[in-house]
Amino acid sequence: MSLLEIENLSLAIHGVPILKQVDLSIAPGQIVAVTGESGSGKSMTALAVMQLLPNGAEVSGAIRLNGSELLNRPEAEMCALRGASIGMVFQEPMTALNPVKTIGDQVMETILIHKAMPPAQARVRAEEVLSRVGLPPDRFPLSRFPHELSGGQRQRVVIAMAIALRPKLLIADEPTTALDVTTQAQILELLKGLVSEYDMGLLMITHDLAVVADMADRITVMRHGEVVESGATQHLLGHMRHPYTRMLFEASGHQVTLPEPVEPQPLLQVSQVVRDYRLPRKALFDRPGHHRAVDGVSFTLNKGERLGLVGESGCGKSTLTRAILGLEEVQSGAIHLDGQPVFTGHRPNLAVRRKMQVVFQDPYGSFNPRHRVARLVTEPFHLLESPPTGAERQDRIAEMLTAVGLSPDDSGKYIHEFSGGQRQRIAIARALIIRPELILFDEAVSALDVSVRAQILDLLAELCATYDLTYLFISHDLSVVRTITDRVLVMQSGRIVEQGETEQVFADPQHRYTQSLIAAAPRLPQIGKEAV
Amino acid sequence: MLRYSLKRLLSLIISLAVASVVIFGVIEVAPGDPASFMLGVNAQPDTLAALRAELGLDVSKLQRYFNWVGGMLTGDFGTSYTYRTPVSQMIADRLWVSLPLALYALTLSTLIAFPAGIYAAARRGKPGDLAVMGATQLGIAVPNFWFAMMLVLIFAINLRWFNAGGFVGWETGFWTGLHSLTLPAIALALPQAAILARVMRSSLLDILGEDFMRTARAKGLSRRQALWRHGVRNALIPVLTIIGLQFSFLLAGSIIIEQVFYLPGLGRLVFQAISARDLIVVESVVMLLVFAVITVNFLVDLAYAAVDPRLRSRT
Amino acid sequence: MSRNLILGTLLSSLVLLAAVVSFVWTPYDHAALNIPDKLQPPSTQHWFGTDHFGRDIFSMIMVGARTSIAVALVAVGIGVGFGVPLGLTAAARKGSWLDEVIMRGNDLVFAFPSLVIAILITAVFGAGAVNAIIAIGIFNIPVFARITRGAALSLWEREFILAARVSGKGAARISAEHILPNVANLLIVQGTIQFSLGILAEAGLSYVGLGAQPPTPSWGRMLADAQTMVSFAPHLALIPGLAIIVTVLGLNLLGDGLRDWLDPRIRVARA
Repeated sequence: MSLLEIENLSLAIHGVPILKQVDLSIAPGQIVAVTGESGSGKSMTALAVMQLLPNGAEVSGAIRLNGSELLNRPEAEMCALRGASIGMVFQEPMTALNPVKTIGDQVMETILIHKAMPPAQARVRAEEVLSRVGLPPDRFPLSRFPHELSGGQRQRVVIAMAIALRPKLLIADEPTTALDVTTQAQILELLKGLVSEYDMGLLMITHDLAVVADMADRITVMRHGEVVESGATQHLLGHMRHPYTRMLFEASGHQVTLPEPVEPQPLLQVSQVVRDYRLPRKALFDRPGHHRAVDGVSFTLNKGERLGLVGESGCGKSTLTRAILGLEEVQSGAIHLDGQPVFTGHRPNLAVRRKMQVVFQDPYGSFNPRHRVARLVTEPFHLLESPPTGAERQDRIAEMLTAVGLSPDDSGKYIHEFSGGQRQRIAIARALIIRPELILFDEAVSALDVSVRAQILDLLAELCATYDLTYLFISHDLSVVRTITDRVLVMQSGRIVEQGETEQVFADPQHRYTQSLIAAAPRLPQIGKEAV
Repeated sequence: MLRYSLKRLLSLIISLAVASVVIFGVIEVAPGDPASFMLGVNAQPDTLAALRAELGLDVSKLQRYFNWVGGMLTGDFGTSYTYRTPVSQMIADRLWVSLPLALYALTLSTLIAFPAGIYAAARRGKPGDLAVMGATQLGIAVPNFWFAMMLVLIFAINLRWFNAGGFVGWETGFWTGLHSLTLPAIALALPQAAILARVMRSSLLDILGEDFMRTARAKGLSRRQALWRHGVRNALIPVLTIIGLQFSFLLAGSIIIEQVFYLPGLGRLVFQAISARDLIVVESVVMLLVFAVITVNFLVDLAYAAVDPRLRSRT
Repeated sequence: MSRNLILGTLLSSLVLLAAVVSFVWTPYDHAALNIPDKLQPPSTQHWFGTDHFGRDIFSMIMVGARTSIAVALVAVGIGVGFGVPLGLTAAARKGSWLDEVIMRGNDLVFAFPSLVIAILITAVFGAGAVNAIIAIGIFNIPVFARITRGAALSLWEREFILAARVSGKGAARISAEHILPNVANLLIVQGTIQFSLGILAEAGLSYVGLGAQPPTPSWGRMLADAQTMVSFAPHLALIPGLAIIVTVLGLNLLGDGLRDWLDPRIRVARA
């Protein structure tokens, strides 16, 4: 018999339909993954099971746990079930814990709120589960506060809270999306272990198809609130009856072909760059400590080359990016573009800035909401001594918008009229408009859905051919870097630990860190072949 | 924690020092010599000189500043120009009215605002919330001294539950003293409670949207349990700031309210001093008020650290 | 438009209208004494009654609105004029000594409630409406400086500001072109709130004799005059108080309404 049975579940919030006739079932000890792009309704499905829906939600259909109906259960009975029979893990470990309570109190709360055991015993159980999730009390005492732990450790605490009472069903909503690949691998391993050990059912919500293929016994693919396809993992991957499923998997592993690089000729030279940040003093008369974000980094980027920079969060890649852009001064070392320093004296060098542009990650925060597209894309003209005006300016705007796949008519619109993918196109148009020698892509496709990401990657490949782009592509996503760059730098704790031809590095990583990164990254199965 | 407290203490001392310079500087700008003002235009030069020496006016400005600050540190606030009595004595008498009044009002305001704010937040959008919000909207708009006059009209003149004015003194007993401060305290407290309740409500509503509140619900806490166990303490952080600010409003407000109830507090003292150009009294009372405000904000900073563990360990 | 916004606009314009009309017309001369008619309760002749000198209270309220609005408005002007540039500068130079000086200066000014500033100024220069303006204005400066800095700081972290910096724009230009327009809504809302607080503060100051002096009519002083007569002529106290409440309530509702109306997040959610 199924542990969880969802039948014909429909959901509308303030009259807007969110879910349409969703069916899903989970057996004990089974991992079921629900996947889809943003707006597919996958998270709402999870919240519907918990009966933690936002105000104004109207639900119909059936959700049964062990045969008993959850929909329209009195709130008091749902409270008794949540935490005890159903546990839940959320996406954002940095904010999922109460900052003013200790981790011990928060784990014990799950036990005590259900009056499952007396406080002394609850304490022992809290220590047990925390040890089980990899936080043994001798190294992580119960008196720790959340801010004293890293993101991965906090996610372990959240998991400990969810499993403290051995629930029959665990729901994990994008549990590793906010984490680095190596941490992600550990957390996924932990979840898998818990499922088999406790014979739990796991409902896993994730957008990452590689994770899905790796973890799940069954897969449910959703789009616009509907289930488009579902089945046992091996079978579904082998057949993929629905074109959307096929498109999703293709887009996830999307490959582009870059034009052949031209004759190497150095453009950007970074030599022995060091950037320190001062830390607050530990004691009143202590000398202030330093955090070395970038530690003696040197590399050369040739004209026409597409260079990747990969590393996990906190490795210093953002600081390095800011230093190259001249947004932050470095303590020692030098950065030259075309032989000219990025900084002269303590001021950024305008002649160098003219040759560089950047595309940022967040398609929503990258534009002043009060300006029209024409003004937004022409902002870099400020760098030119004699910026084009009148008809010439109009032509340049039209040319750029066309080049990135938009219409010249879009120049009169405001940014909120565009989707995330279109905004990234506008960001690329802004970067291209002064024909810079070098463009920095700072996690430029990381916030996009896979299908949109594939389109933007295609656009980049196309632009490489028409405009002979030279770029530095900064990303934590190895699969994207692998296809969009010629050469790659691997960064760890402020240092470049490995560099080389992209294919070479990925196929045969030399440094231990690179090896662990590549090993940790979940792999997408070959499409259309029955995986073994 | 120690380092944090020491840092706040240092900033407290610097603030007090700068404030004292500003106050002294402004008073020094005042035209005319207090001694000749006191003795009138026909004063003899030698009497004038004697008075100037007595008042400590015969030394350089810098010297006078240090005498003033040094005196205050040892509890000597100088001598009143008009009454020829120690300012410290005059202030101490009045302080026994003004300070209890401000504290009484602060207590009332907190006791009213916390339950009202939490109640409204827990019933967001429902009739209870709308009623509280409507009442607070009105409460904010009411000038406290006018409210005080209305209280006198209703409870003192018509119902005769309280005296219309005056203070019986603490010698008559704590409860009788408190009784005669009750109307002024209510007049001060209600408008402030309205503000505080709104802050409490919006702060709680912000917290209710936090991820950890959803985590708490996923653990099986009811809406109410989550609100009390996880919401209130986090919501206190911005509320504390407002309580700190309110103390200074209450202290200033009590100066005005004293006029309605004819209370012998700091307000009366300072207004008499202004009309008599008794600048040394004005200077000292102002310094005292500023000292109170700065000190309360220092205590609020310490309270933050008690509520928020992130502050404790950061420094 | 929300109910708050409509009601707030209505009440505020009512008071504003009274103030403006009072320049050309009042039912009676607000200063004309008419002892035989003293202490009249509200009637068809004198809508709000007369005071102990027989002056028409309705006329006095109209002219008093002028004083209240003028004092509060100029005080907001002082707060915005000094506070906003200070806040923008502090945010643009975050963490520098300049930021530190501005913020410490703010803290210091916060330690002087308007009443205390008014006491100091009056003690030194004598009483007058200008004192009230300066006292309330000074207190407004750190309010606007803080709110501007806070909002500007989070904007400086946004990627569109980084993009502007990459386009070679300096701090002053970015502050004017990108930061200020994006904090304007916030400042409008805060301005409305400070305006209403200014009305309250002015009333308080003139009540204790630190604000507008005779013969300039003001609501606060009308209340002070009424105090001894409240037992037999309660309308003397009731009417100026209600005038203050209506004005402040109107402005607060307007501020709340504007906040909801100007907040793009709420507007999007509503659409």
